[in-house]
Amino acid sequence: MKDFIIPGLDGAPAFSDRDFGTPERHSHRTVTLTIDGFEVSVPEGTSIMRASNTLGIAIPKLCATDNMEAWGSCRLCAVEVEGRRGTPASCTTPVTPGMVVHTQTAKLEKLRRGVMELYISDHPLDCLTCAANGDCELQDMAGAVGLRDVRYEAPVGGGMENHFLRRDATGAPNPEWLPKDDSNPYFTYDPAKCIVCSRCVRACEEVQGTFALTIEGRGFDSRVSAGMSGDTFLSSDCVSCGACVQACPTATLQEKSVIAIGTPDRKVITTCAYCGVGCSFEAEMRGDTVVRMTPWKHGKANRGHSCVKGRFAWGYATHKDRILEPMIRESITDPWEVVSWDEAITFAATRMRDIQARHGVKAIGGITSSRCTNEETYLVQKMIRAVFGNNNTDTCARVCHSPTGYGLGRAFGTSAGTQDFDSVEHTDVVIVIGANPTDGHPVFASRLKKRLREGAKLIVIDPRRTDLVRSPHVEAAHHLPLRPGTNVAVVTALAHVIVTQGLYDEAFIRERCDWDEFQHYAEFVAQDRHSPEAIAMLTGVDPNELRAAARLFARGGNGAIYYGLGVTEHSQGSTTVMGIANLAMLTGNLGRPGVGVNPLRGQNNVQGACDMGSFPHELPGYRHVSQDSTREVFEKLWGAVLDREPGLRIPNMLDAAVEGTFKGLYVQGEDILQSDPDTKHVSAGLAAMECVIVQDLFLNETANYAHVFLPGSTFLEKDGTFTNAERRINRVRRVMMPKNGYADWEVTQLLANAMGAGWTYTHPSQVMDEIAATTPTFAGVSYEFLEERGSVQWPCNELHPEGTPIMHVDGFMRGRGRFIVTEYVATDERTGPRFPLLLTTGRILSQYNVGAQTRRTDNVVWHDQDVLEIHPHDAEVRGVKEGDWVRLASRAGETSLRALITDRVSPGVVYTTFHHPDTQANVITTDFSDWATNCPEYKVTAVQVALTNGPSEWQVDYAGQAEQSRRILPAAE
Amino acid sequence: MSADVQKLVRMANQIATFFATQPGDTQAAEVAGHLKAFWEPRMLTALYGHVEAGGEGLSPLVLRAVERLRQPAA
Repeated sequence: MKDFIIPGLDGAPAFSDRDFGTPERHSHRTVTLTIDGFEVSVPEGTSIMRASNTLGIAIPKLCATDNMEAWGSCRLCAVEVEGRRGTPASCTTPVTPGMVVHTQTAKLEKLRRGVMELYISDHPLDCLTCAANGDCELQDMAGAVGLRDVRYEAPVGGGMENHFLRRDATGAPNPEWLPKDDSNPYFTYDPAKCIVCSRCVRACEEVQGTFALTIEGRGFDSRVSAGMSGDTFLSSDCVSCGACVQACPTATLQEKSVIAIGTPDRKVITTCAYCGVGCSFEAEMRGDTVVRMTPWKHGKANRGHSCVKGRFAWGYATHKDRILEPMIRESITDPWEVVSWDEAITFAATRMRDIQARHGVKAIGGITSSRCTNEETYLVQKMIRAVFGNNNTDTCARVCHSPTGYGLGRAFGTSAGTQDFDSVEHTDVVIVIGANPTDGHPVFASRLKKRLREGAKLIVIDPRRTDLVRSPHVEAAHHLPLRPGTNVAVVTALAHVIVTQGLYDEAFIRERCDWDEFQHYAEFVAQDRHSPEAIAMLTGVDPNELRAAARLFARGGNGAIYYGLGVTEHSQGSTTVMGIANLAMLTGNLGRPGVGVNPLRGQNNVQGACDMGSFPHELPGYRHVSQDSTREVFEKLWGAVLDREPGLRIPNMLDAAVEGTFKGLYVQGEDILQSDPDTKHVSAGLAAMECVIVQDLFLNETANYAHVFLPGSTFLEKDGTFTNAERRINRVRRVMMPKNGYADWEVTQLLANAMGAGWTYTHPSQVMDEIAATTPTFAGVSYEFLEERGSVQWPCNELHPEGTPIMHVDGFMRGRGRFIVTEYVATDERTGPRFPLLLTTGRILSQYNVGAQTRRTDNVVWHDQDVLEIHPHDAEVRGVKEGDWVRLASRAGETSLRALITDRVSPGVVYTTFHHPDTQANVITTDFSDWATNCPEYKVTAVQVALTNGPSEWQVDYAGQAEQSRRILPAAE
Repeated sequence: MSADVQKLVRMANQIATFFATQPGDTQAAEVAGHLKAFWEPRMLTALYGHVEAGGEGLSPLVLRAVERLRQPAA
C-alpha cells in the first residue's frame, strides 16, 4: 500500500505509519546511545527497539507493537550490546547512556533465522491463498531474516506434532488442530495460523480493557481462547472492538471483508460518523469499495483504538434499503413517486414558498443534522435564516445536550467541554454521572479504564449498575444509585459535604470566581436540608457513600467529571449541569490537564451542529440573534436581513404545527419521529404540516409523514469536518462518489437556490472559509490548516493559533466563574398507584441511537430487539419471568417488549433502549422538558409493567401505517 | 385552558421556579430576559394573551416578568 493520503508532508514523522515496536516514553531526561554507528537521543525509559526505529532502523519483531507494552516472547528482536553478554531482546531492554548497539551481526542473523525456522515449522505454507497475503508480519519477517529453508518437516508416518495440519500423513486426525471460529460476524479466528505472540490478548487487556481473551494451556498447548472453554468469540465477553484483529501479525484474526475482497490498495484518513468521541479511521479501499476501516494511530481522540460500530458497522452505506432517487407525493396517504432531482427540488421549493405566501414567513423551518458535517449544518441554518427568512432552525442537540450549552454558558461563558480526551491520562478521581461510556462512548471508556487500572479512583452516579461500576480490573470506589430525577439533589449534597467540611479550594475560588456569589452559594448548600442524610429518602443514596465520594473527589488529586444524557435529559437538566460546574469550581478542578467538566456528546457532530448556529436563538459561535453587531456580519455577507427574534425549537415547532401556525419542515438527517419524546405528539405535529421534506439515507420513521424525500449521502461519500466532544475539528474525506448523486451540502444548495438563494459553493472548504471569516472561535481554521495538523480544537484564532486543548487555563471565557444556586425541584412526572415504576432509557454498545444505520449491519447479532430491564422483585410481584412479553404503559402511551430480569436496576426502576422502531420506547416518554431549554425529560417516566401476549395495538397499527406510507410506485415504463 | 396554553404556563412556571431560587432582587428581570432570549414571538404572544385572559395558573413571578416585557422600551 503505497498511496497513503496523510495530512502533512508525505512520510512526515508526525504522521508516519511506522510501528516503533514499543510505546513512547515521556521523560525530562534524554539518553544518548549509538545504534549501528549512528548516534541517537531518546527519552529515558525508551526501549532499544524504539530508539532504533527513530533512526529508521527497524529490528525484526513479531510480538511487539507500539500501542502495547513490550512482552519479549518472540525472541526475534535480539540485538548485541557492546560490553554485555548474550543477545538481549531490544523490545524489553531500555536504553542506557553511551550504550553501543548492533542490530545486525552474523550471530544475530543465525539466531533470528533459527527462531523464524521454528515459527514457520508450525505454520501452514498456504501464503498464496491466505487472506493476509501481502499484509502478514510473519511473512515479512521470514523475508527480513532471510529464511530460506525449514528443516523441521513432519515425518511421514507421524511422530511430530503441529497445530496446522488437519490430518497427519497417515490420514489420522490431528488432535492439535482446531477448526476456525467464525462466530463473530466481522472476523474469523483460525487457530491453525496462530503463533501465540499474545498481541491479541494484550490488545484486549491494555487497549480495550475487556480481558475477554487469554492464553489457555502452557508450552506447546498454548492457545488463544475467548472467554471460558467452550465459548466462541461471539459467546464470550468479546465486544468486537477489533483491537485484537488489528494487533494480529498473521491471518489468525482476520476481517471477513478482507477474506471476501482481498487486501486494500490505498488508505484515506477520515472520521467516524457514530458517537461524539469522533475517532479517526483509515478507510482502506480497493477501487471505490471499502475493504475495512481501521483506527488511525495518529487520531488524537482515539489514539489508534476503535469500537464495534466505527470499526465494523459501516455496511449500511451500501445497504439495499438506501433510497438513491428523490421521491415526492401529494399527500402522506399516497404512495411515493420516484422523480428527477429537478422535479423534487422544484416541488419542495414551490410548496415551501406557497406555505409562506399563505401562512407567513415564519410558517416554515428546518432541522439541521448532528450527523452531517459542520459545513452542511452551517448551510442549512444559513438557508433557514437567509432564504426562509426566519430563525426556525433547531437540531437534535435540543433533545440531548442543549442544557450543556445553557448551563456551561452561564457558569463559564462557553458551551463546551473543557478538556481534550488525552486529559484522562492525568486524572486521579473521575466522576461519571448519567453516562454509560462503555456502551455509549466505548473508545473513551477504554481510555478511562486504562487510567483506572493505573490507579485512578472512580465514582459512578447512575440509577443502574453500569459496566464501569464493576468489570475486570475496574471497580468504582463509590456507586451512588440514585432514583431517576434526583440528580440536582445528589450534586448539591456533594457540594454540601465539600463546603461544610471545608474541602473547597479557596485560593482557586478567590482567584477565578465571583467571591460574593460563592459566599451566597456556600450559604445555600451548607443548609442542613442539603445534607446527604436529609436527601437520602428522596434519592435513595446511602449518605455515608455520598459523603465518602465527596471527600474523595475534593481531596483525591486531579478530579474530572464526565457526564452524559442522564444529566441533561431531565426537567432540571440545565440545573444539574450548573451543579456540575459548581463542583468543578469548588474543588479547583479546571484549567489544567486531568480535570474539568466533560460532556460526552451523543452524536458525531452534536458539538459542531451547536457551534454552527443550529439553535433558533444563536448564530454560529453561540451569539444571540438579538446582537446587532453579529447579525450585521452575516447580513453583509449573506445579503439578507436577519430576524432579531429567536425562532421555534423542535418541540415548539410541533406545538405550533398542531396549533396550525407552522406548516413546512426541512429535516436533514434526523429521525424526529423515533428519537423525540411523546411519539404521538410528534406524529400529530408532522401530520398537520403541508410540506415535510426529509433528507436521509433511508425511509426513516419521520419519512412516513413526509411529502418530499431527498436521498442523503454517507460520511464515506463527502468532504467536510466533524467536531467531537473535545471540540476537535476533524476532517471527513470522500472515499467514494455519492451513490445518491450528491453530497448533503449540495442537496441543501439545490433547495436554497430553487428558493432564490443564488449560492455558488463548489467545495465544502469554501464553506469552512466562510465560517472562519464570520465566527471568531473558528478564525484560524481552514482545510489547509487541517491537512497540516490533522485536527484542531477550537477556539483557534489569533489568541490560540494552535487551537485550545484545555479551556479556561488562565481564567474563564466569561471572566469570573459563576456559582449558581441549584435548588432541587421535583419533576412533575411522579409515580403513583397507576404508574408506580420509573422508566429510564439508554443505549447499548452495538446499536446507535435510532438504529437506522446499525440495524442495517450485522451488529443486530448482539441486540436484535429492545428489552425491558426490571428488578427481580418488581418482576416477581407482577408474575413476570425472563423473556416474557410485557406491556409498558405511561400516561403518554404504551408499547410491548420482552423482559430481562436483572438487579442492575434498583427496585422501582425499569430501563430500556430505543434502538428499534417497532418498540418505540418514545411512545411512553412524556412531553415534560428541561426548564431552560425544552430538552425532553427522557430519563424519567412513571410507568406500569404488566404481562401481555405480544405487541400492543398501537404497535400493530403503527407497523401497518408505516408499511402503507413506505409504498413506492413502480417506475413508469 | 387549551392544551397548548397549559403547556406554555407550565414552561413559564418552570423558568420562574428556577429564578425564584436565585439570590438578589432581579428575579423578574431574569425571567423576562430568559423568555425574551428563548421564546419565539408567537409563544410570547400566546402567553401575553393568557395573561390578559386572567393568567390562570401562572406564578406571580411570571406575571411580573410579563409586565416588564410588555413595558415599552424606555
